[in-house]
Amino acid sequence: MSALLNVQNVSKSFRGLRAVTDVSFEIDPGAIVALIGPNGAGKTTIFNMVAGALAADSGAILFEDRPIRGLRPDEVCTLGIGRTFQIVKPFAGLSVLDNVVVGALKRCTRVNEARRIAATILETLGLGHKHDVPASSLTPTDRKKLEVARALATRPRLLLLDEVMAGLRPKECDDLVATFREINQRESITILLIEHVMRAVMALAEKIIVLHHGEVIAQGTPGQVVKEPAVLECYLGEETEI
Amino acid sequence: MNRRANRLLAALGAVLLVLPAVADNYLLSIVTLFLFFAYAGQAWNIMMGFAGQLSLGHSLYLGVGGYAAGALYFHFGIGPWAGLWLAIMICALSGAAIGALAFRYGVSGVYFTLLTIAFAEFTRVGFDHFAWVGGSGGMFLKVAERDQIDLLNLRGTPAMFYYVILGLAAAAFALSGWLLRSRAGYYWQAIRENEDAAQALGINTFHWKILAITISSAMTAIAGVFSAFYYGNLFPEQIFNMSRSIEIMLGPIIGGIGTLFGPILGAALLTLVAESTTEVVAALGWETPGIKQLIYGIVLFVVIVLLPHGVWPALARKLKVTK
Ligand SMILES: Nc1ncnc2c1ncn2[C@@H]1O[C@H](COP(=O)(O)OP(=O)(O)O)[C@@H](O)[C@H]1O
Ligand SMILES: [Mg+2]
Repeated sequence: MSALLNVQNVSKSFRGLRAVTDVSFEIDPGAIVALIGPNGAGKTTIFNMVAGALAADSGAILFEDRPIRGLRPDEVCTLGIGRTFQIVKPFAGLSVLDNVVVGALKRCTRVNEARRIAATILETLGLGHKHDVPASSLTPTDRKKLEVARALATRPRLLLLDEVMAGLRPKECDDLVATFREINQRESITILLIEHVMRAVMALAEKIIVLHHGEVIAQGTPGQVVKEPAVLECYLGEETEI
Repeated sequence: MNRRANRLLAALGAVLLVLPAVADNYLLSIVTLFLFFAYAGQAWNIMMGFAGQLSLGHSLYLGVGGYAAGALYFHFGIGPWAGLWLAIMICALSGAAIGALAFRYGVSGVYFTLLTIAFAEFTRVGFDHFAWVGGSGGMFLKVAERDQIDLLNLRGTPAMFYYVILGLAAAAFALSGWLLRSRAGYYWQAIRENEDAAQALGINTFHWKILAITISSAMTAIAGVFSAFYYGNLFPEQIFNMSRSIEIMLGPIIGGIGTLFGPILGAALLTLVAESTTEVVAALGWETPGIKQLIYGIVLFVVIVLLPHGVWPALARKLKVTK
């Protein structure tokens, strides 16, 4: 079985500062994989390169065996990769429902049908009662859920989630974990998530990739990764929730 | 839109339809001017209000549209209903070309706005030296037969012009409403609100922005044709002037950018303010030069400070109708 996403020796620097160095990893179809590491490790930069928001300096990125490095974000989305933004970017002036309709119009061009799809997705994420409020009035955690709903509405085969659990209460976090499991199993959407909340990582991920100073220092099952000396070292003295 | 809104709209439509039967030519000319800005404002609103692309150079399309149809009539006697298509075509292509140039090279925000001004200004200077259409001396179309209606050549009574622009404003309203509820409307608003997020949701922002500017410039071309035949003359210094671009956008700004009814309400309010200022100043016998403009400016300033999102969103809440 070939990988759904294949990142090969990808590097990126910002004005001489190396943010991502020679990173390689694979995501199997149907998997839930976590990308972890301290702040500034380069996680979001990797997402941006996969999603086409940033151009990689070198390396290759394959989605379903098709090279996607150099494509525009909308082309990457059209191929089947949905993403959320760590710093949320809601369509503030539009209603919550209309935000998601914009995403749903990727899969069906008829507005009425898109509205039905959007409503169902909002229900799944527990935002069903907030259809008509403007996105600008949502709480920070609901804005994160809106990011997820919008990305899901495009019907991706790979979903990139950038720290969507941050700031959630444990109960909310568990609910969202359950939602992601359901999305993963029922709709067979592969998930790659950047996450600091280890409670969620441990509950969801079958594989963990650890990034430090732009380099992959470990990858494997959660059991393997937490025993890696390099991982322990990098997390020692860090404020984490391991 | 709800029932209340529909009823309000029907009432307004009925009043406007019967107006020529009761109004004198002076009132008719004022309402014609209002409808002209209601129409042009709606055209501008599609680009700025819906898609978030600020053009300060819409006089370009007004002028090019007017000159295209005007020149056909002046030189070849080809009527405006044929010239209209040439005007639409040239303006749609110009709009698309300016958009393609700007968006292809990532020119956005204020730089895009500067580009729209630059194109309008260059064209103004170009037409000043364009002898075939009269250069800076202007082009004069055959004087209207004031009592005979020649709809084919758009020559006729004030009432005829009134009904033509009323039809255009109504059509623009219907088109705007349809566009806003269509996929294009959703995509434009997404681009307006956050272009990165729009792109991440699979929207080819380049294409949709080009579509907005193309529709907007084609619609403005029609306003230009109307203006040319209504006034019967064209001067580069007037029709391409940046003050025309500003006049076009004042209605939507006062009424409510991005709303359907805002540009119409804004145009009505502005016409009302301008006319009543003239009346008041005349009645008081004030003769200080610029006093009218000063009062007009103060009124605009107060409205913008009190209602930064325009009059319509606030009024719609009061009337319990949707925007
Ligand atoms: N657009 C950018 N311009 C300049 N530097 C950036 C940019 N994006 C990220 N960086 C830098 O790259 C490094 C990695 O950032 P990021 O990928 O956001 O880390 P993480 O998501 O793991 O916290 C940081 O040092 C950050 O300051
Ligand atoms: Mg990050």
